[in-house]
Amino acid sequence: MLIKLTCSALAVTAGLASAAQAEDLNALIWCDHADPELLQPFEEAHDVRVNVKEYEGTAAGLTLLEQSRPGDWDVMVIDAVDVGRAVERGLLAPLPTEDLATGSYFPEAVLADHTTIDGTTYAVTEKFGYNTIAYNKAAVDPADMESLDALWSGKYDGRIAIYDYYLPVLGLVGLEAGVATADLDAEALETLREPLMKLGAASKQVSDVVGSQTALATGEVDVLIGGGEWLTAVLNAENPDLDWTIPEEGGLLWAQSLAIVEGTEKPELALEFIKYVTSPEGQARLATSSCYWGMPANKAAGDVLSDEQKAILRWDDQADYLARAQLYPVPDAETDTAMQDLWTDMLQN
Amino acid sequence: MSIERQERQQGAALVAPALLWTLAFFVVPFAAMVMMSLAHMEGRDIVQGHDLGNYLKIFTDPSLRRGIFVSLEITVVVTLISVLLAWPLAWIIATRVPPRWRRMALLLAVLPFWTSYVVRSYSWALVLGEKGVVMNALVGLGLLAEPVQIMATRAATVIGFVHFFVMLLTLTIYSNLIQLSPNYARAAEDLGASRWQVIRLVILPLTLPGVMTGAFLTFVLCIGDYITPQILGGNNELSLPQLIMLQLGRRGDFPMASALSVVLMVIVTLAYAACARWLKMERL
Repeated sequence: MLIKLTCSALAVTAGLASAAQAEDLNALIWCDHADPELLQPFEEAHDVRVNVKEYEGTAAGLTLLEQSRPGDWDVMVIDAVDVGRAVERGLLAPLPTEDLATGSYFPEAVLADHTTIDGTTYAVTEKFGYNTIAYNKAAVDPADMESLDALWSGKYDGRIAIYDYYLPVLGLVGLEAGVATADLDAEALETLREPLMKLGAASKQVSDVVGSQTALATGEVDVLIGGGEWLTAVLNAENPDLDWTIPEEGGLLWAQSLAIVEGTEKPELALEFIKYVTSPEGQARLATSSCYWGMPANKAAGDVLSDEQKAILRWDDQADYLARAQLYPVPDAETDTAMQDLWTDMLQN
Repeated sequence: MSIERQERQQGAALVAPALLWTLAFFVVPFAAMVMMSLAHMEGRDIVQGHDLGNYLKIFTDPSLRRGIFVSLEITVVVTLISVLLAWPLAWIIATRVPPRWRRMALLLAVLPFWTSYVVRSYSWALVLGEKGVVMNALVGLGLLAEPVQIMATRAATVIGFVHFFVMLLTLTIYSNLIQLSPNYARAAEDLGASRWQVIRLVILPLTLPGVMTGAFLTFVLCIGDYITPQILGGNNELSLPQLIMLQLGRRGDFPMASALSVVLMVIVTLAYAACARWLKMERL
């Protein structure tokens, strides 16, 4: 009882009260969905208001949902590889896919293995990109950035920032050590301890999105492991030297998806929102959101995006990138705990 | 009904709202947090229980234990530096600045409070960076051959904190100083004390309540702060609040987050106990 009480109090402080208004669509989102450029056309077309609550990390999102009442939330943005975790807990509703524009998707971005559970689709991918190496090409040799080895070579010690999210960075450390992300289990994890600690020692800071952007933009660091187009694209106009690449060892593919929350009282409106976001226009707006950019899952967005925007997104290189990228690790609970323990050790030592 | 009983009832009625408030927004949530700290995680699920496993882990896991020491070290250093800077500043404002300018001086002293805490921290990140104002000035003046790293170190966290807490301490010490009768100093001087002896032996002891109140507030606010170490410390070491956020945001481990929060509260309570003799508001 007390546990529920505590969690309910936390949910209320998280802004649930404002999210529970009638005639609104309540969305649990990542920051790119908070862009008015994306939301306004939908709000005007349907005469509704979209209330958004940002969250970071699947664990935080699922906790918010679990402590909410049915109907508090209508749609949710979630890491595509984590859809299974949410479905396991009964938090997502089946998604009618007949009217969605998935026919024109990048095939590699559909990720049906993750969004469809036991034959039922629960989410649709909407945006993807890469966790790889971002760098300042005016300060480093771009040729060095073609291999992850450069980050362990000593040449860039003290000029590296690490993106503060354990899953993609451990995935990249695994690629450097020759471990595919799909093989990252508790046993394989131990082999990553030493290279991770070395990387931590060679780095200047471990930072979130804003901290990483600030560090790269101000020249505080020259290389960011875990970064990618989602981090440098919004800074392109200010500093075109900020670039990114996928090294020869590969990079990690991130993909976010959109789902209807179980218990919503507005399933039709929620579906309309998903149809809008996955439409070419919605996809173009989402891809170039003011918070961060990323590739639209729907190829048809290419007709709406400008040539300049497509160049920044490396539109024409996607076939090669997608072929060389691996999915995020999808750890079970035990491995996830071991990964986070290892990450905390790196931060604290 | 006797007058005494009537007064007692009136007193109880007047105190009741405050008691109810404290009960609803402190006692009950705190009890819930303690209960939560005795639960544990099984996989990704919270299992209610009554074991001390989380507390045991806090003191046996090197990363968690280090978080306590990191927080204490930063907090003690920040409190000491802030007191050392704030006392002379408050004394100058109270005794050397003409009365008509004091209001302006205090206003300037509290200016940092007017900006957002987050914005202020990011501003310090820009100022303390290798290509920031401080390093450019030091290298430009020839005082340093090349920039040294301050940003993303503990020093940056301490600077960010001190900037904020010096102002807080200045206010508490100033409010104490301004109430002191000038006759204390005059009497000491009449008895042959030098100006330095007057400050050291008379003024300083009389301002201890203000100093300790400010120091305690600094300690409490500093040890519980998440933003400054997160932005300026570069995540190169984790303080207690950062570890708590890690449990909540990343792991969904509410029991461990609660246990760490209880430890934080115990530390604050011990600090209060150490300062209690000076923490009487009527002394200010």
